[in-house]
Amino acid sequence: MSARNPSLDGEWLDEAATHERLRRTWRDAPGLWGALTTLDHKRIGLRYIVTAFGFFALAGIAAFVMRLQLAHAENELVGPDLYNQLFTMHGSTMMFLFAVPIMQAAGIYLVPLMVGTRSLAFPRLLSFSYWIYLSGGLLLWVAFFLNIGPDAGWFAYVPLSGPQYAPGKRVDIWAQMITYTELSSIAVAVSTIATILKQRAPGMALNRVPLFVWAILVMSFMVLFAMPSVMITSTFLLMDRLVGTHFYNPAEGGDALLWQHLFWFFGHPEVYIIFIPALGMVSSIVATFARRPVFAYPLMVLSLLATGLFAFGLWVHHMFATGLPRLGNSFYTAASMVISIPTGIQIFGWIATLWLGRPRFTTPLLFVGGFIVVFVIGGLTGVMLASVPLDLQLHDTYFVVAHFHYVLIGGAVFPLLGAVYYWFPKLTGRLLDERLGKVNFWLLFIGFNVTFLPMHYLGLAGMPRRVYTYSAGLGWDGLNLLETGGAVLIALSMLLLAINIVRSLRSGAAAGANPWDADTLEWATPSPPPSFNFAHIPLVTGSHPLWESERLRVMRGLQLDKRELVLTSVLDAQPDLREPLVPPTIWPLLAALAVGGMFLASIFTPWAVIVGAVPIAITLTAWFWPKGKAEEEAEQ
Amino acid sequence: MHSALQALGVHAQHIDLVWRTMLWICGLMYLLVIAFLIDAIRRRRDSQSVAPRVELQSDSPQVRRMSIVLGGWIGLMTLGLFALALTSFLTDRALVHAAAEPQVSLKITAHQWWWQIEYTDPDPSRHVRTANEIHLPVGAQVHAELASDDVIHSFWVPNLHGKRDLIPGRPAEFRLQPLQPGRYRGQCAEFCGLQHAHMALEIVVESQQDYAAWYEQQLATPPAVSEARAARGQQVFFTSACNLCHAIAGTDAAANYGPDLSHVASRRMLAAGTLPNDSEHLRRWLENPQRVKPGNRMPVVSLGPDDLDALVAYLGTLR
Amino acid sequence: MSARDLDDRPLQFMGDLSQLPGHGHSHRSLTWWGMMGLICVEGTALALAAAAYLYLSSHERQWPPAQLLPSAGWGTAFTVIVLLSFVPNMVLNKRAEQEKLGPVRLWMVIMTLIGVVLVAIRYFEFRSMHVAWSDSAYGSIAITLLGLHTVHLVTDLYDSVVLTVLMFTRHGDTGRRYVDVAENAIYWNFVIYVWLPVYVLLYLAPRWL
Repeated sequence: MSARNPSLDGEWLDEAATHERLRRTWRDAPGLWGALTTLDHKRIGLRYIVTAFGFFALAGIAAFVMRLQLAHAENELVGPDLYNQLFTMHGSTMMFLFAVPIMQAAGIYLVPLMVGTRSLAFPRLLSFSYWIYLSGGLLLWVAFFLNIGPDAGWFAYVPLSGPQYAPGKRVDIWAQMITYTELSSIAVAVSTIATILKQRAPGMALNRVPLFVWAILVMSFMVLFAMPSVMITSTFLLMDRLVGTHFYNPAEGGDALLWQHLFWFFGHPEVYIIFIPALGMVSSIVATFARRPVFAYPLMVLSLLATGLFAFGLWVHHMFATGLPRLGNSFYTAASMVISIPTGIQIFGWIATLWLGRPRFTTPLLFVGGFIVVFVIGGLTGVMLASVPLDLQLHDTYFVVAHFHYVLIGGAVFPLLGAVYYWFPKLTGRLLDERLGKVNFWLLFIGFNVTFLPMHYLGLAGMPRRVYTYSAGLGWDGLNLLETGGAVLIALSMLLLAINIVRSLRSGAAAGANPWDADTLEWATPSPPPSFNFAHIPLVTGSHPLWESERLRVMRGLQLDKRELVLTSVLDAQPDLREPLVPPTIWPLLAALAVGGMFLASIFTPWAVIVGAVPIAITLTAWFWPKGKAEEEAEQ
Repeated sequence: MHSALQALGVHAQHIDLVWRTMLWICGLMYLLVIAFLIDAIRRRRDSQSVAPRVELQSDSPQVRRMSIVLGGWIGLMTLGLFALALTSFLTDRALVHAAAEPQVSLKITAHQWWWQIEYTDPDPSRHVRTANEIHLPVGAQVHAELASDDVIHSFWVPNLHGKRDLIPGRPAEFRLQPLQPGRYRGQCAEFCGLQHAHMALEIVVESQQDYAAWYEQQLATPPAVSEARAARGQQVFFTSACNLCHAIAGTDAAANYGPDLSHVASRRMLAAGTLPNDSEHLRRWLENPQRVKPGNRMPVVSLGPDDLDALVAYLGTLR
Repeated sequence: MSARDLDDRPLQFMGDLSQLPGHGHSHRSLTWWGMMGLICVEGTALALAAAAYLYLSSHERQWPPAQLLPSAGWGTAFTVIVLLSFVPNMVLNKRAEQEKLGPVRLWMVIMTLIGVVLVAIRYFEFRSMHVAWSDSAYGSIAITLLGLHTVHLVTDLYDSVVLTVLMFTRHGDTGRRYVDVAENAIYWNFVIYVWLPVYVLLYLAPRWL
């Protein structure tokens, strides 16, 4: 076909010509139009990453202001109204607009490369979901800067967040933002699952799939089952507030605890959704820098699956102080303790890999070391919180604040920063500075512990959460001041990371395809990869393709003049179909505008749901309407 | 005193056992993990050059030994968690059975942002109503009915017990048994709005005699006001809308929207633990409650300085 | 052939993918997986709403409170018709897998008409609920449960209309279109299955308990 050079009978084109044809077929339009219509998972993934870090910075600044306010007893830097908005924005942004999106973004960029395919499945859905994510996050922050930001906490318990005690639009905006942005999360999860199950390179059977990809797969399934819960929960709240329903109103048969059950049914899996991809990142980094595969691969996979599954059975541990029946509570104590076993197995697995290997202590591995030291503390305080009697003292105090920052920053941010140092060369073609990286790490490690370690004590000493100030003379003053000092160190370390990134982008050392001599397929592409990822789809014959042979085994035969990739079978990745891909299109953006418009208007009037359905129907129909003969010709 | 680390009530002491057990077992597990990590780091100190890869052998004796150690680790984790779960369950039971024969009966209603305290007694004439300060005889078994009037609050006095959420529509039963005399501070532990940070309470645990004396004083109707400035203050009270929210026994003020002020002068703190209860702070509070506790439910009523002094004097007589 | 990748790694060509077909049905197609994902999400949402219904009912001694039992006439009619529609739907699914244009067009039109009838019945079902969502927690969750299923019904109907139109255009007789029709039929099955527990919860359980 068009892969062969017609003038040389039966001969294939040479590599340079192949790349040239592929480049032409897979390129985006130039300039702004290209940016708006692109379906390249790498361009969209990068957008996600940059946006997520932008929200991270905003949420971090909010936290910094909170720490400034808490530095002294009865401080008057920030009043109660602004403080309540700050901690609500900090929590909501970190959880909904940073942590989940950044982990999904890592999957968006890396999974197709790691499984040896050319695109994420359903690329138009991916484009759509980015615009939803961006506009939802902007909506929330614009509201904050207009002083109508939500102020009922990221968890918005009723009745405080209900129509009677939270008048005005603040909580409405929050509730609708959640439903809206979780749409984006779900869409990406569906795409990712389809990619991992159907688009793997021929020969990449399930038992050869990299641990990072397994982690993203588990996380994506969790998203499918957890996110709908928070969408339903916040929609019920919005209905109570806007159209007079009584889901949460005890006076008319509703129940304030229904909110908590529905919210935490989402909320607990949510933290594992954030955590599990980080475990995948750790596996990638450890294997590469220990110079050997991760120890006990099957057990590591099972641990990921078990953690993802058990995570759905823990949510009541957020409600131990509400007076639910004891027998039920005991079940959740046991479940909350049992889930630490698979994680404990994984921690052992990574340390064993280092022990058996020849570790090279680069910055990514340093961050992994920091992850172990910090996260395990958080995991153990989690076991403490799993005990109902002990939780009755610790719940809603700074002890819990310490716990979840140890597991989230230790368990997700440290691996994430390690991943940044590890994959930055692949994304940009340049290496980050190692020395700056090590200073970055130590500043963060020290600053983090100075900020959050004392909080364990403060919680036991009686300091509750979500307080904009505290009385003098309770013994809390000195430690709070120290914690604010630690926050300064954290801010400096983040600044250093930003400086490292900017400098490297301008003048960093060039990275080749595989600067770390790693084993997975993404390192078989140039840095950064071309739009089509692989000129030829790889053929995988083992778990560590780049370590098993000097040559890259590939399959040829996909068309050069049409966008195409190969679908394989779920278990053994036998080649099955050629899948045509649609060219770049503006309809996902337009559809996102229609959906966003409807959601925004529905905050102000319920009729928007009916009226807004029309532009949505139009844009979605245009999106799916087949265009021209491209598809038909692909069916040969 | 305000700390879970000093367990001075029966329930807090049970919980303290769990805390200490956790600290030891979790501490041990952590040290094991760190020791393993340090050992792994110490073993190979490599140069900066790209080290050759370890051979992809899955069956070397080292790997097999590591698998056995992993098995041991899983066993150890399981054992440790089992011990912790058992401790937790047994303590849970102990908490339920503690203080099972109450001698003092309370009804505590949480409001944004203060605590309404009522002592219930089979004899309705011995019913006491106060706010933000509870007195208890040392060693007494106490039963409290907890309720909330508006949003979710949480009742927490760490020296005596864990916390309990007060959820509108779901009244709760709570037990206490203080073991030592002292003043124990508590604070609302569930985010409840603008002044969640200023919703404290105090439990004063004293000898049986002192408690009885306090109780009788709370039952007594405040005496009629004789001194001139205080009498003027009482007038100010009734003409400045104070009586629309606050009750004072022995007068016509019977509203229950805000704290009962019948014995306000006997309390150590004002505004749910926000200010000390002396004339200077009381004056500051009355002059502008929104400045002290922005967003709270008490409106600003502008009073001239003489009226203010008189009101302070009047309230000072309500012991 | 000693080709080298542009980044200088030697390539070894192992096989040829060019003879693979361009589309496949059921779980061989990406569309099926997307559909399954959608079913997981929507099923979870409905399951949670049903759980909320049961949770709220456990608070009341009488559910629905104050004798607001919905009339079962329209609901039962809906249930019967939707169950019967399983048959033409499976015929459509089969014909789509066989890629027969004529029968697919016919059965798409029939299924679309059935969908219209069902939406009309659903309108009367809402009216026979005898309660507004702002009346009580029962009203809120019952109407919402019915409403959630209605959203699935209406969106699938719209989808079917678009697909039916497409089948009569030049884009109709292509492999991908037949896959779309088959997957749409699977989604319709989901709409049927997921209705049954909702029907039991709304109409039967209050009468039996």
